[in-house]
Amino acid sequence: MYHVHATVGTMLRILRQLSHDHRTVAMIFLVPIILLSLLRWMFDENLMVFNLLAPALLGVFPFVIMFIITSVTTLRERTGGTMERLMAMPIGRLDLVLGYMLAFGLLAVVQAVLASAVLLWGLGLEIEGPAWFLVTMAVSDALLGTALGIFVSAFARTEFQAIQFMPALILPQFLLGGLILPLDRMPAALEITAYFLPLTYAIHALQTVVSNVDITGEAWRDLFVVLGFAVAAIVFGALTLRRRTR
Amino acid sequence: MSNAAISAKGLIVNKGKQCILNQLDFIVKPGTVTGLIGPSGSGKTTLMRSIIGVQKYKGELQVLGKAAGHKGLRRSIGYVTQSPAVYLDLTVEQNLRYFATLVRSDKMDVKHVIDTVHLTNQRKQIVGSLSGGQMARVSLAVALLGRPELLVLDEPTVGLDPVLRNELWDLFTELAAQGRTLLISSHVMDEAARCENLLLLRDGKLLWRDSQKKLLAATKKREVGDAFITMIHAAERAEKMKVGKQ
Repeated sequence: MYHVHATVGTMLRILRQLSHDHRTVAMIFLVPIILLSLLRWMFDENLMVFNLLAPALLGVFPFVIMFIITSVTTLRERTGGTMERLMAMPIGRLDLVLGYMLAFGLLAVVQAVLASAVLLWGLGLEIEGPAWFLVTMAVSDALLGTALGIFVSAFARTEFQAIQFMPALILPQFLLGGLILPLDRMPAALEITAYFLPLTYAIHALQTVVSNVDITGEAWRDLFVVLGFAVAAIVFGALTLRRRTR
Repeated sequence: MSNAAISAKGLIVNKGKQCILNQLDFIVKPGTVTGLIGPSGSGKTTLMRSIIGVQKYKGELQVLGKAAGHKGLRRSIGYVTQSPAVYLDLTVEQNLRYFATLVRSDKMDVKHVIDTVHLTNQRKQIVGSLSGGQMARVSLAVALLGRPELLVLDEPTVGLDPVLRNELWDLFTELAAQGRTLLISSHVMDEAARCENLLLLRDGKLLWRDSQKKLLAATKKREVGDAFITMIHAAERAEKMKVGKQ
């Protein structure tokens, strides 16, 4: 059983790589906080709007940042030749993907917790529901971004392509997610499409926790849908790793 | 268990419509240094990738008594790619510790392989800051981890100075004397001269697959380089005759 060894070893290796890159780590943690602070400042005169937008964006920012970082890092492993070396060594494909998931997941957790804490206590976001659910949802979104980033890197041949998956795959989810226009006011075809996109559920859950004291059944459904998408992306991410090329 | 470390029968690799390896038959004896020589684009890397199990092939290819690509082989083969497949943002030691985790070898082994490739003084340095020759040696050190039975080395001495290159060839000879099998690709003729057996590959076909002594005898040459040129010219003449007849 080399799987646990390989997974944990891979996680530690990625964290070590990041520990040599202070600027990236600082940006992972600070960018969402700065963006949320900017939003608070923008709507200084209109806190109602801030209260509406901020929770949803708490889900969106970590999702986007983790997506970009993981897709580029994973692609670098593929293009740098280390992936080929690993594929010739005793390590399972899922071990590698899970190692990535653990390392970036750990960063995602810290990032989401920091952003939530600043939002709740620094920027004075008022929510009716429990804070822990807000944090859990933000963490889940960041994990989803990580998992999707690993998955889509399989379809990119260059780093330029990988970066462009952000506008290609993430922006449509942001546009259709119900933040800009409520789902029921969109054309029917787009509303149906939105129900197949994970960010729709993330935004819905974060908006629900603002106005509901208890966690509703729909909010629980949203959480499981987001986590379900993340698990699916991990499995497909492992399947798209090719040990042998044609 | 046959008495060959590697044996191929009718080995074919096609990429798209192009035939990269065309019906190869050869054996590599255990405990020997075999040189894989040929012009660039002749299929050397593809052949090596087939042996280590990351390239799909047709025909028969047995490695250490198992079909190439068998899961059980991943622990028994050390592989060095042409470009150094190591993590540029980790130190020498961190790189080796990670790969050592995968092959389940220990700190002593890490220290030993670093000493073997003469990087003891650079062990705390980030690989990206090393010279090309030093990077190539980190990559070689990874392949030596866990004392694999078979070493497949794709141009391991590119960019090294003559003294170091000589030392590494001494090491290769010593490893073979310990009973390990080495398949080393090169396009430097004085390196070919240090191989007991030679495989000469040209356009996906083997022009020679026997001992160096026999090659020199067959071509009546004193230098391996001259012998190869003779072989290649003979092959070209044969091809022209064929075209002429048609």
